[in-house]
Amino acid sequence: MATKVVMEALSPTMEEGRVVEWKKNEGDPIATGDVLAEVETDKAVMELVARAGGTLLKRVVPEGTTVPVSQLVAVIGDKGEDISALVGGGAGNGGPAAQTTKPVADTTAQRTSMPPAPPAAAATESTAPAPRPAPPPGVSPAPSRPGASPTAAAAPGDGDRVKASPLARKIAAERGLDLHGVAGSGPAGRIIQRDLEGVAARPAPGPAARAPQVPAVQPVPAGEPFRDVPLTQIRKTIARRLSQSIGPIPTFYLTTEIDMERVAEARDALNARGEGRISFNDITIKATALALRQHPACNAWWQDDHIRYWAEVHISMAVAIEDGLITPVIRHADQKSLRQISAEAKDLAGRARERRLKPEEYTGGTFSISNLGMLDIDEFTAVINPPEAGILAVGRLAEKAVVEDGTVAVRRRMRITMSCDHRVIDGATGAEFLKTLKAMLENPLALVW
Amino acid sequence: MPTLTYRDALNQALREEMTRDDRVFLMGEEVGVYQGAYKVSRGLLEEFGPMRVVDTPITELGFAGVGVGAAMVGLRPIVEFMTWNFALLAVDQLVNSAAKMRYMSGGQVGVPAVFRGPGGAALQLAAQHSQAFESWYAHIPGLKVVMPATPADAKGLLKSAIRDDDPVIFIEGEMLYNVKGEVPEGEHLIPIGRADVKREGGDVTLICHSKTVTVALKAAEQLAGDGVHAEVVDLRTIRPLDTETVLASVGKTHRCVVVEEGWSFAGVGAQVVDVIQRDAFDELDAPVIRVTGADVPMPYNKQLEKAAKADPAKVIAAVNRVLYRG
Amino acid sequence: MTLPMAGTSAAQPTRTKKPDAATAEQWRHWLRQMFLIRRFEEKAGEAYSLGKIGGFCHLYIGQEAVGVGTMAALRDDDYITASYREHGQALARGFSARTIMAELFGKAPGCSGGKGGSMHLFDVSKGFLGGHGIVGGHIPLTTGMAFAIKYRNTDQVAVCFFGEAAVNNGAFHEALNMAALWKLPAIYICENNRYGMGTALERASAIYDISERACSYDMANEVVDGQELLAVKSAVERAVRRAREEKAPTLLEVRTYRFMGHSMSDPIHGHYRTREEVEDQRKRDPITLWSQKLIADGVLDEPGARAIDKSAMDEVEDAYRFADEAPDPAPEALWTDVYAPVEESR
Repeated sequence: MATKVVMEALSPTMEEGRVVEWKKNEGDPIATGDVLAEVETDKAVMELVARAGGTLLKRVVPEGTTVPVSQLVAVIGDKGEDISALVGGGAGNGGPAAQTTKPVADTTAQRTSMPPAPPAAAATESTAPAPRPAPPPGVSPAPSRPGASPTAAAAPGDGDRVKASPLARKIAAERGLDLHGVAGSGPAGRIIQRDLEGVAARPAPGPAARAPQVPAVQPVPAGEPFRDVPLTQIRKTIARRLSQSIGPIPTFYLTTEIDMERVAEARDALNARGEGRISFNDITIKATALALRQHPACNAWWQDDHIRYWAEVHISMAVAIEDGLITPVIRHADQKSLRQISAEAKDLAGRARERRLKPEEYTGGTFSISNLGMLDIDEFTAVINPPEAGILAVGRLAEKAVVEDGTVAVRRRMRITMSCDHRVIDGATGAEFLKTLKAMLENPLALVW
Repeated sequence: MPTLTYRDALNQALREEMTRDDRVFLMGEEVGVYQGAYKVSRGLLEEFGPMRVVDTPITELGFAGVGVGAAMVGLRPIVEFMTWNFALLAVDQLVNSAAKMRYMSGGQVGVPAVFRGPGGAALQLAAQHSQAFESWYAHIPGLKVVMPATPADAKGLLKSAIRDDDPVIFIEGEMLYNVKGEVPEGEHLIPIGRADVKREGGDVTLICHSKTVTVALKAAEQLAGDGVHAEVVDLRTIRPLDTETVLASVGKTHRCVVVEEGWSFAGVGAQVVDVIQRDAFDELDAPVIRVTGADVPMPYNKQLEKAAKADPAKVIAAVNRVLYRG
Repeated sequence: MTLPMAGTSAAQPTRTKKPDAATAEQWRHWLRQMFLIRRFEEKAGEAYSLGKIGGFCHLYIGQEAVGVGTMAALRDDDYITASYREHGQALARGFSARTIMAELFGKAPGCSGGKGGSMHLFDVSKGFLGGHGIVGGHIPLTTGMAFAIKYRNTDQVAVCFFGEAAVNNGAFHEALNMAALWKLPAIYICENNRYGMGTALERASAIYDISERACSYDMANEVVDGQELLAVKSAVERAVRRAREEKAPTLLEVRTYRFMGHSMSDPIHGHYRTREEVEDQRKRDPITLWSQKLIADGVLDEPGARAIDKSAMDEVEDAYRFADEAPDPAPEALWTDVYAPVEESR
């Protein structure tokens, strides 16, 4: 009995994957657990492993092809087995491999299996000479009175959902088309059969064509201690009002300039020991983590109906990669030595650029730091990485003339700007945190206090 | 093949079946001496005599019950209602007696009777005389509901209904009585429960029955001039519904409009759409749209009456919607 | 107020000359049938209160002489329809107590396969074409059966039992009008038990003598004492002769009394009649009247009457056990008998 190999969801947010390289050839013997292919997800390059043994009978998609999660990519079975039915069947969820994946396509289909039009008032509806948009699928067909205007508002949670007719979905599944990139010409952008006519042979758009998506809610790392605090009324009001004002994340910015002379001296001294180089970034991570420890109000996640205050500090570190950005996490940064942080940061950044991070290495941070100092940026504002409530944007170290004790002196200074989610962090709270951070960096002995 | 009116095709079926089986008799208001309110029974009294062509008082409940009782003991009555509007007085006999007898007697007593007459609206007959009740009867297990649209179907289906061992609600169209068409001579039987594709096409399915078959065919003709090829499916029998033919057509065209004369709420089309959404869900490229009579009592005024009825323009508008055209 | 009932003067049975052996046997048989109905209905009431019988259950207690007297006047090939209070007529027509009790229990060997219940007893082989549940709804059916008799030119008759409350409903008038108009061999037996559920006759009908309704259709009619078996039988015999020989219908108003509530869910007295009235009517219990006559005529003694009652009770007990142990209909029975089996269609 042949087994279907399907594109698996290899990251929490993955909806499709690109087969970067096949690691096995057709005809190769396969043992359960063998790496069949390398797959590029929205975040990383991952391994697609065999869930069943046998012979690789068919590689259904060539290298470089992007396919949606749960779609057939290969077939494993006995040598000489007839698999025409399987291969012709398109995406399937029949084999054991498929069962281990999240049935993304299926859930989507089910969500659209609502009666397509309200049954009542059909006479009025049918006699209307001009076409009018049908209510979107997902809106329950409440009995509408004749003449009542259809519910034109989009269904709740409609954001990323593809609206397509059942036939269009069937065709897409048969031909392996990704409906995400298809423009629908039906009411409210519904994709219908004719919209797929030119799409037949076109590979679905790769990840680069689509903005990387920031997960709405990151999975909670297992066993992490935290404290969920229900929203008070005033907090709800603040959240609502500020969201209306700026939304979706009501962000404000706090900037301060830090004297880095003593940090620079300490760093020079440390590096002079010849046991590896410490960067300003490493020191900033450590200082931020320690400051967060003192200001847990800034070490928190916005969770829509509550705020989660973390008791542990995990710093997300923004790393630029070829076609985007990823934020590997230095866990327990407050408890690690500068050397540990430095080594870990180097390793994570390197692997991030090679896109070889595992999902657990870039999720679960409690606060972010983005540093563009090495690119000669004086100061900037960074975009919050939700559900985290704050991110620190770190500018370059620059020599500046400052007035000190009534005389002008040249000092190495650094400007940092903290972006705060106002639903979680109020102005004074953020300012207090920055004050602590500034004090720590200006007196680096505090790092080892 | 001879060309007959729908009326004469029915007359021929009655004559042939009464000749063939002496258990068959016709009863109702004005069926004998008057020769039928709509002349469907013309000449039958002279041919078969007053015991087999029975003029009744205006007493729908009573003579419907007489028909059921006669059928219970082995006759094969054809009970004519002058129109189905008047049969409302007889619903107790149709629903509580005819439809239930076989079941509540544990299969001992069947009711092989045909209840027939014109249904739906004619012209300017106003609210009490312009009603389509097929969905009422189709709701009832134990009844069969037959609605021919053409002379040939009228003959073939009436003959089958008379030979059927169960009560058959046979709804004709007053506006169809003068429609002409080729009708096979002699033994022409059309099975109950079989729909008919009246026109083939690949772009959209128009499902209809009785008078709306004409409406759908006219709409299809106009659409063809516009490059749209509509398939017209005439249900012919409402219960049992020929879901196979419906699903085959929708599977081919992926778009469907259901046309009926009656009101929309819980109408025949609602049942058809239920079948389609359940068994042809993945074939649909658009929601199925229904064209029905307006959800009001029928007005007398000519313009208002026209606005209340399904017509080709409304069907075409619905087709444009399921085709996502302008 | 106690309104006069037909034949109330008959406090003591009139003595007739001693009948021959065959007649005596016949008379004892009718007594046994009345006992069977009485004991059956009592047992049905008991089974109902035990939850073995569901739905509606209308008892015939007090009206036994009507069913037995009518059936005694009919032929095996005649057609009979009845309302939902029809256990008694079915027993009198010769249904076995087992098949009726099984039907009441909803069991497979019931006379309607367990799918009809108390209100829908059928046996085509006995020409018994149903208990019917809609008041008056079966009266036109009987006219139709009489029409079929005339159509086929046989000398059967079609008999219809209904209560006095049905005569106010349109179906009654429409059906009787056509029967008279077309001269059909139908006999309409109105069992006037005085109450349509809880509404007394005089509170529902503009005229007191229901038999007079027949005048509207120029139909033969008669008022009959329904507690006197022979009175019922001879009146039905006159109607049967009229039907068979003259092809003409008859309306019989048979005055009787229901000793129990309208159905098992109703009280015996309620607000609509007094205990005294019921007790007064019980003095004219048709079974007592008939057994007294048999004793007076010397065809039966007290021990003989008790023995007949005992044998009826035994039959009912047997029927009860049979029904209790009988199987439910098969689950597939849900789907059968809605339409004719395909292979039977012509």
